[in-house]
Amino acid sequence: MSKFRKVAFPFVLIVASFVALCAASVAHAQSTPYPGVGRLATAKEIAAWDIDVRPDFKGLLAGSGSVEKGQDIWEAKCAQCHGVFGESNEVFSPLVGGTTKEDIQTGHVANLRRSDFPGRTTMMKVATVSTLWDYINRAMPWTAPKSLKPDEVYAVTAYLLSLADVVPDNFVLSDKNIAEVQQRMPNRNGMSTQHNLWPGKEFKGTPKPDTANVACMKDCIPEAKVASMLPDYARNAHGNLADQNRLVGQQHGANTASPENKSTLATGATPVPVVVIKPAVKPVDPALALLGKHNCTACHGQDRKVVGPSFNDIAKKYPGKADYLSTKIKAGGSGVWGAIPMPPQSAPDGDIKTIANWLAAGAAK
Amino acid sequence: MSTPDGIQSGRVQKAPENFLDREGIRTVAAEGKSGRRNFIRQAFAAAAAGAAAPMALAQGNPVPTEGGDPNILNLPEHSTGLGQGVASNGGYGVPSKFESNVQRRQSPGLTQTTQASVSFAPLQSLFGIVTPSGLHFERHHQGWWDIDPSKHRFMINGMVKTPKVFTMDEIMRLPSVSRFHFIECGANTAVEWGNVAVPTVQYTHGMISCSEFTGVPLITLLEIAGADLKNGKFILAEGGDGSSMTRTIPMSLITSGEVLVAYGQNGEMLRPENGYPLRLVVPGVQGVSWVKYLRRIEVGDMPYAAKDEAVHYMDLMPDGQHRQYTNIQECKSVVTTPSGGQVLLDKGFYNITGLAWSGRGKIQKVDVSVDGGRNWRTARLETPVLSKALTRFNIDWVWDGKPAIIQSRATDDTGFVQPTYKHLRAARGTRSIYHNNAIQSWLVQENGEVKNVQVS
Repeated sequence: MSKFRKVAFPFVLIVASFVALCAASVAHAQSTPYPGVGRLATAKEIAAWDIDVRPDFKGLLAGSGSVEKGQDIWEAKCAQCHGVFGESNEVFSPLVGGTTKEDIQTGHVANLRRSDFPGRTTMMKVATVSTLWDYINRAMPWTAPKSLKPDEVYAVTAYLLSLADVVPDNFVLSDKNIAEVQQRMPNRNGMSTQHNLWPGKEFKGTPKPDTANVACMKDCIPEAKVASMLPDYARNAHGNLADQNRLVGQQHGANTASPENKSTLATGATPVPVVVIKPAVKPVDPALALLGKHNCTACHGQDRKVVGPSFNDIAKKYPGKADYLSTKIKAGGSGVWGAIPMPPQSAPDGDIKTIANWLAAGAAK
Repeated sequence: MSTPDGIQSGRVQKAPENFLDREGIRTVAAEGKSGRRNFIRQAFAAAAAGAAAPMALAQGNPVPTEGGDPNILNLPEHSTGLGQGVASNGGYGVPSKFESNVQRRQSPGLTQTTQASVSFAPLQSLFGIVTPSGLHFERHHQGWWDIDPSKHRFMINGMVKTPKVFTMDEIMRLPSVSRFHFIECGANTAVEWGNVAVPTVQYTHGMISCSEFTGVPLITLLEIAGADLKNGKFILAEGGDGSSMTRTIPMSLITSGEVLVAYGQNGEMLRPENGYPLRLVVPGVQGVSWVKYLRRIEVGDMPYAAKDEAVHYMDLMPDGQHRQYTNIQECKSVVTTPSGGQVLLDKGFYNITGLAWSGRGKIQKVDVSVDGGRNWRTARLETPVLSKALTRFNIDWVWDGKPAIIQSRATDDTGFVQPTYKHLRAARGTRSIYHNNAIQSWLVQENGEVKNVQVS
């Protein structure tokens, strides 16, 4: 023991002085190779910015809100974009619709399997109720994000969930019962991570790509047939393509303001293994392209009311009255179909006339 | 667009019919063997004689009958006058006024607002691999901002020893790296999943850009904060704008050193539309994860199911299930010239050029077909060929004036070959929206017009 002490003493001294040296340099470096860069974030600062809510509800603020209160907030702050019932596609895709009581039982939205189902609403897709709360809290309303108080976020979330029959009309959503609501989300079992597009191994997805093309070089296919191309009426739907290409270069932009010049540059062509077959496109009224071009379809549906009346309803009410319809499209107005006004439209006269003629002739699709 | 004097700039005028006679052609051939001296004079003397015979070869830039091009013969003002001084335009140069056709554009009817919208980069007019910053595609979820960099802060919290706050001054003090990477929106080419929907490569593929980004590896900042790199398997990146975009990223990608907290883009600061003053760079991963106006990184032990991971940016499969957390942009390529909406001026030589990229690494090769995928030739890859960056390819082509369907097919250094629409639809159906990396087809018609087509 004494022998050890004798031997150890100078060693301890050396170690101690070494440690003291290190401690001095560590204190100076703040245990980082980048001294002087970055400082401690205060608890107050973290609280101000750390607003995310995870699927396990970590980060969720305490509070509650009723469906009834949510409806009041909704009508004041949300309905102008999303519609009173979350159904509008005027500004954004619809939030509600397409889910059933059976979906709430199974956790799979059956309509997602149907290729003929016309839309995919938020409530059809979202699996996690935390996502709704988090996003409404951080980014809504669209023009005044982060302005809702926690209880208001609960209320708005509750109203949205009630529209999809996930919770009853008299429900009060809170941090205490939100986990139970999660068990009623219509598409809660609708997600898969069995793919290879995640850049890590955390989800244990499939290791292989889901396509396996090979780099064949010769006689790879019998012949190429054109299966899809834009119809002639859409030639200028994106504006004149001549104006969307550089003035000089090996190719110029095609002048799509004029009908296509069908004459060939070549003479004596011999067939190449390329067969051009126009896809079977039934003749389409040019008005249909204009409806998209001038955003008419943002407010009007073909056979159902969206914000404004459906094209079919307009056609039924004003057969043969193209001039009247032209005037109404240009001037806008309200009262004929409801209180929501239609703003005056600034589309070219020719386009408005084409649309008015199409409506007056029955709005055939 | 026409030039101010109303003349289509650079548009070559077609030669008058039967411009060269038999004698002239013989002279050209003879002089071609013996040398070029005097042959032009003789050829034109013969042409002036006005005999009728078919043209030997289409000439894209013929000599006018008056014996010379007025653009050569009549010296222009810029050769005979005094030009402009230095540091004009407020000290920041702008493109030539003749380049005003080269713009980023919205696709009509795609969105109802400009603040939650997309503008597409004009790929048909770009060279090389770098996207000029002013033509970089845009995607905003709640409008863009020009943020005062002296007030911007970056926070790291969550599973860290010391939650940290950094100023821009501090971030820009740290060791920086500069790397070329592509950024592609997960929804690039989305409108084409079912059928052809838009006319040009700007609208089919224009949600991709490539820049040299400068910044600090995120791992450096996480180490300063003492992040738990073992249990903190995920991070959440969060933006400081109204949308406060959030995305989950695996820690394994960050420890590789590839993920950057970037402030530089093509030698200058990021443009406001691209996240000034700070954005995340996540090479190989879809653009939505490259969070703009980056304000916070949280280290955690589970994924976050953020709105754009749980409502959008998921791939719907035919069985009704959504593939969630689909992030990698797989190997893809597109011919940018000739491409849809362009018109070939004449028969003869063309340089087929395009772009290839892979979110998994480098491009190994690109093959090009002019017969709709029956036969292929391997294109030249131009340097540099960089990992998770755009790669430019070129291949010679002599157009004979007959219909041709041009395609490109990229292979990356994992050996993965870009799929056809047939492959992709067999695996994922047609309602997937995101991650369409199918081989693109352009039909060159006999009239020289190029159309966007899909082949069966």
